[in-house]
Amino acid sequence: MKLEELTTPCKPTWCPGCGNFGIWGAFKNAAVEKGWDNTNSVLVAGIGCHGHMINFVKLTSFEGLHGRALPVATGIKLANHRLNVFVFTGDGDCLGEGGNHFIHACRRNHDLTIILHDNALYSLTTGQASPVTPHGTKTKSSPQGNLDEPFSPLALAIASGATFVARGFSGDLPKLKELLIKANEHKGLSVIDILQPCVTFNKQYTNEFYRENSYQLPNDYDPTNKEKAFTKALEWARLQSPEAKADGGQGEKQIPLGILYQVEKPSYESQVKQIAQKPLAENTVEKRDLQDLFKKYS
Amino acid sequence: MNQDILSIKLGGAAGQGIKSAGLMFAKVASRSGYNTFDYTEYPSLIRGGHNMMQIIFSKAEITAPIKKTDLLIALNPETLNKYLDELEEGAGAVFDETINVDSLKFKNGVNKFPVPLSKFAGESGNKDLFLNTVALGALAALVNANLDILKELINEEFGDKGEEVVNKNYHAAESGYNHAKENFSDKIKNFLTPLENPPLRIIVNGNDAIAMGAIAAGMQFAAIYPMTPITNILYILASNQEKYGYIYKQPEDEIAAINMAIGASFAGARSMVATSGGGFCLMTEGYGLAGMTETPLVIIYGMRPGPATGLPTWTEQGDLHFILHAHQGEFPRIVLAAGDAKEAFELTMQAFNLADKYQTPVVVVVDKDICENDQTFSNFDISGFNIDRGKFAKDNQSDYLRYKIEEDGISKRTIPGNGTYLIGNSDEHNETGYSNEEPENRKQQMQKRMRKLLTCKANDMPTPKIYGPENADVTIVSWGSNKGSILQAIKNFNNVNYLHINWINPFPVEFVKQALGNAKKIIDVECNYSGQLAELIRQKTGIEISEKLLSFDGRPIYPEDIIEKINEVLKK
Repeated sequence: MKLEELTTPCKPTWCPGCGNFGIWGAFKNAAVEKGWDNTNSVLVAGIGCHGHMINFVKLTSFEGLHGRALPVATGIKLANHRLNVFVFTGDGDCLGEGGNHFIHACRRNHDLTIILHDNALYSLTTGQASPVTPHGTKTKSSPQGNLDEPFSPLALAIASGATFVARGFSGDLPKLKELLIKANEHKGLSVIDILQPCVTFNKQYTNEFYRENSYQLPNDYDPTNKEKAFTKALEWARLQSPEAKADGGQGEKQIPLGILYQVEKPSYESQVKQIAQKPLAENTVEKRDLQDLFKKYS
Repeated sequence: MNQDILSIKLGGAAGQGIKSAGLMFAKVASRSGYNTFDYTEYPSLIRGGHNMMQIIFSKAEITAPIKKTDLLIALNPETLNKYLDELEEGAGAVFDETINVDSLKFKNGVNKFPVPLSKFAGESGNKDLFLNTVALGALAALVNANLDILKELINEEFGDKGEEVVNKNYHAAESGYNHAKENFSDKIKNFLTPLENPPLRIIVNGNDAIAMGAIAAGMQFAAIYPMTPITNILYILASNQEKYGYIYKQPEDEIAAINMAIGASFAGARSMVATSGGGFCLMTEGYGLAGMTETPLVIIYGMRPGPATGLPTWTEQGDLHFILHAHQGEFPRIVLAAGDAKEAFELTMQAFNLADKYQTPVVVVVDKDICENDQTFSNFDISGFNIDRGKFAKDNQSDYLRYKIEEDGISKRTIPGNGTYLIGNSDEHNETGYSNEEPENRKQQMQKRMRKLLTCKANDMPTPKIYGPENADVTIVSWGSNKGSILQAIKNFNNVNYLHINWINPFPVEFVKQALGNAKKIIDVECNYSGQLAELIRQKTGIEISEKLLSFDGRPIYPEDIIEKINEVLKK
């Protein structure tokens, strides 16, 4: 497959400089490299700026409701576990409206890849605070400064039972492409929290900010250590006030990128006996005889 | 006792096994060749509340609970207190011999049947556990049922718990049976004397029937969050999934349920959800998502009294307007409403075909009294049913249009993974599926979707059924579980008929307009406050129905209530 084959007639509608371009590019590069096409892959999106993606990648896709991409993806995966199922979602979509689904998808370890477009704001609705917007941040919905504390989506994912938890940056396409490929190859629930700037509404988390404050996890980092993974997930928890420096004044980069946590565990789908031989969707729908059941009711 | 219909009420505390004992006795009657109908009342508690099951037997078909009680089986004193008033001359009550009944007011001619229930249960192994079995034994003797059939059922029920448990239950049943034979021989009625060569039949409620219908129709994926009154559907589906090869998934909430089912259906699996009103509130955004993305979906909707938590374990039909109007905007929804368990079975099977053919959500509406009341039926016949999955495109198409404008409103479907590029989109979209906000495109896509209802009406909607004489002085119109009570009631008249509505949307406008337009007097019967079907009929046909029998106390409308209303209207 060539990159051009993924092109649709629709032109991207994101603002110039939006982090979604980087995620889009990295995903298409990964698709070309790994041959993710219409015979083996499906994309599911929620609602937000990220959701427009389905119009710009010529791969089979379903754009559902705000916050509900995960249960749709779960249904697709259960019906046809041979498909690579990629879930595009945003921090508002996945952690606000769809927070419950996120916890339970992680808990069940469905074999899905969650691509979390994280710009720490609701941007399609023009810039309100999201569940990961730092405390004190002034937005259109928090003009006096955000009173809500943000939480770490990575720590939540690890606590909830996700088996592949990573952080990427939309400004580093090669690294992001590698993460996307590894996440899809992982058997079980994969989450990549992708830090991305919102050039229009988020003046704090800019491309420069992420470049200056992030670092790749070292080669000797052990992602199977859950305790260590929690520490890494909370190393930069966006808890500081907008005035505080990301490095906590210590002069060290504090935003780890890469695979924070990865363990092998049976995926949900691998445990369902009914689909051990072949996917549900590959069975012809046939009328079933009820004589056995009738016996229980006579 | 009335020799045509025998009504037994079996009552006790929640946890005393009222429902399981009652159902076992209904099977005794069914295997002896009789028809049965069971109606259960219970609060939303696991232990401590009062449970009551009415079991009615007749040689003729019986379709509704009735008000009279011939035999009261009281497993605790409260049952006597609650139902003693219902016992008239010739009726009787079975109760534990240690209960002091001196202070209770039995009407003249009501038989007292004190039985050492607790003592016999204790002798059988446990004074609480076997109490209901002792009572069943006594009941079997009093109506001259065959003890061997009861023992056969005990063996089937407890066989997998081991011989000891079976034998203890045998002992309990025999003790009750022998005691009643010895002490009340002059009061025994030959009611359940086994008939020769009884036909093979099943006793099922709506939940059983819906689960069976889904299995028969080739359902492949069900996501159901527990909620009264449909929870038993999930039990049946969960326990049979490996045998039949479908997947049942318990989701985290009803929002997940409907979105999972939409995902599975998009991927090609025949999919369903089931819920009650509160759960459907959470499903409403998914309801429209299925409509907009043109994803087939069967929704089983078991009504109970609302609003909010309402009366969780009682019956009502207050959600008709809600189902017809839930979700923002307009999309084609097919809404069917079953009148009994057999109809629920048939409509569930049909719903899967309609969902696939019209690529839109199909709701099968039932109420708590259909979900949980058991009735005798001949084994359901599925020989006339054929799977219809609707229009599918060939695999691996390069110029495929998911939402192609078609005259009948139905574009060809395809599924992910076969090489064809496919988009499902909740945004308004063009024929390919790309988001599109142009006015002309919007108009065409909207019209295309809505045309599906016209096609469905022309090709699949049957004409409603009228029960009773063609020319009548009174025509009753109703829906849902009232059907059983109405059919039972109109047997007492030769000039009353019943128009049963089970297609709510699309609606049989012309037929109803004609049938009711020609009717001399019309009575609308519904279990809700405002007469929602009557409102719908007025909206669709312009016919206003002024005579209404409405109930919204959580209890069924009894045949007796309907007879009274008919007589009142006939006199006018």
